[in-house]
Amino acid sequence: MKHFLSAINVRELLRPLGQLLLFSLGSAVVLSAIVLTLALVLDQTTVGQHLHGRYNVSLYTYTLVNLPQVVIDGLTIGFVYAAIALGYTMVYGVLEFINFAHSEIFAVGAFVGVEILIALDNTGILRGASLGMAYAYLIFAIVMGMAAAGALAVTVERIAYRPLRGAPRLVPLISAIGVSFLLQDVIRLVEGLTTGQFNRIMPTFGNFDQRLNLGRFALGEANIALGISVKSIIVITSAVLMLVGLNYLVNATRIGKAIRAVAQDRPTASLMGINVNRIISLTFLVGGLLGGAAGVLYALKFTRIDAFVGFFPGLKAFTAAVLGGIGNLTGALLGGIVLGMLETFAGSYLGVFTMGAAGSEYKDIFAFSILIIVLIFRPQGLMGENVGQKA
Amino acid sequence: MSLLSLTDVHSYYGHIHALKGVSLTVEQGEIVTLIGSNGAGKSTTLRTISGMMRPRQGQIQFAGREISRMEPHAVVLDGLGHVPEGRGIFPKLTVRENLEMGAFTVNDPVAVRERMDYGFELFPRLKERLGQYGGTLSGGEQQMLAIARGLMMNPSLLMLDEPSMGLAPVLVELIFDIVKILNDKGTTILLVEQNALMALSVAHRGYVLQNGEIVVSDTAANLRSNESVQKAYLGMS
Repeated sequence: MKHFLSAINVRELLRPLGQLLLFSLGSAVVLSAIVLTLALVLDQTTVGQHLHGRYNVSLYTYTLVNLPQVVIDGLTIGFVYAAIALGYTMVYGVLEFINFAHSEIFAVGAFVGVEILIALDNTGILRGASLGMAYAYLIFAIVMGMAAAGALAVTVERIAYRPLRGAPRLVPLISAIGVSFLLQDVIRLVEGLTTGQFNRIMPTFGNFDQRLNLGRFALGEANIALGISVKSIIVITSAVLMLVGLNYLVNATRIGKAIRAVAQDRPTASLMGINVNRIISLTFLVGGLLGGAAGVLYALKFTRIDAFVGFFPGLKAFTAAVLGGIGNLTGALLGGIVLGMLETFAGSYLGVFTMGAAGSEYKDIFAFSILIIVLIFRPQGLMGENVGQKA
Repeated sequence: MSLLSLTDVHSYYGHIHALKGVSLTVEQGEIVTLIGSNGAGKSTTLRTISGMMRPRQGQIQFAGREISRMEPHAVVLDGLGHVPEGRGIFPKLTVRENLEMGAFTVNDPVAVRERMDYGFELFPRLKERLGQYGGTLSGGEQQMLAIARGLMMNPSLLMLDEPSMGLAPVLVELIFDIVKILNDKGTTILLVEQNALMALSVAHRGYVLQNGEIVVSDTAANLRSNESVQKAYLGMS
């Protein structure tokens, strides 16, 4: 036991926690400062008067009061993006290939988890379940979603990508897009045949919808309530556990070293006795597991899913991966958190800052503007190195 | 029986016929060198042996087993080490991690420890660079690391592809001294070199490769005095 404990690399467990904390606090502080400054500036203009006229509250106060909730929501979705982004970035790191079917891997994870819970709900055991059992069912659904998504990711690589290895880069990319469409329609077909429904709703059970009040505090004329829903806590906790686990796998284990070796120099890695194909399968498996868990968590948070549920989260997670520097694991965490925060801030404040002219439905503009700006001005991403095109 | 034998091996890069029926043998305990000019097929021969390329025709026997259809990671398990052309250092792994990768197939931590120490004994410089990324090492240090890493799996045959490439003369001397030391300790060596003079000074036997075919095969001493070899590869006239 003592030997076992000493074999654990504590530094590699703590380092990603520190990074996550830093990225979360950093993006929260920067974005809060920006919106508060904007609020102060706009307070004296028609924007502020408009708000004051309607709700008798200054724009600055309104912004401040909503901040804690916005930060918590931003973190929740940010961690989900980060978990999906890791799937893109790991595969890119090893194969230099963007697995556009990853968004459907995520969707399949979500569907498997939700269908299991719906089936359990239909038998009636969810409603009567104790709190402990409710969590057990949720964990079961997450694990099954992960297993299905992981198995699917490995299968897709085996069937649609491995035969194309060595072909020009565009070829597997097109194959990935094809797989993506195929899986979307397969989900739709299966759901249509079995349930006849297009949308599936996550059943309500346990205490996941409750809000925990963390207390109130007075700030000037405002009385700020700090609260967080149990759902958000579950999403954030699970995501953090996965991210720490993945970091440990990649940086502190023998298999992780092999993954990095294969990413850096595939032919030489095989000369070391590393079975390159097995490592590549493993990379897809890990990415699929993370994506599947993210899918179930996403369904828990947003309740309603359909066959196209993977498209936007997938595209945004891809943006997050590019923003952080594709191929860089820490970059995916940073990108996911920054993107989730930015999008939530935009969604929450765009409406009031523009007097309702542009509401939260425009928040996606920010995500994809970031993609374009990063690709133009810093194609290697925030944390990536300028590697250029490989010869 | 020979430790390694190639019989009529043909390899292709797409449509290019790179090896046109290469046959050679390496006996236990020998240093055998493969010399020839650029593009003669020296590296291709090593790549074919270690399974990085699959021959279209011919047999490759290593330690009594047919390996010509095996994947490289499986060939390694039989005790065939290959230090590739350009050294193949993992740039973003530390020197220690690079060495650990060399022992990927070794499950005994004591053996790994001992072999790493042996590597430091041969190349004390590596010990000073232990925590540094492989990509930050100088060319000479990278070559030392590549050889030390190749020894981590304790191969019965070590294939070295152009270990002197791009190195200062003093380092070339060092590398060839190490090759001799390793051989004295029982490692069989197949050495590919453009520096034919150096290679023939340490080797027991040699093969001359030209356009994917073996044109001369003899003892190192005979090759050194062979007039056409002198003319073509040793810079004498």
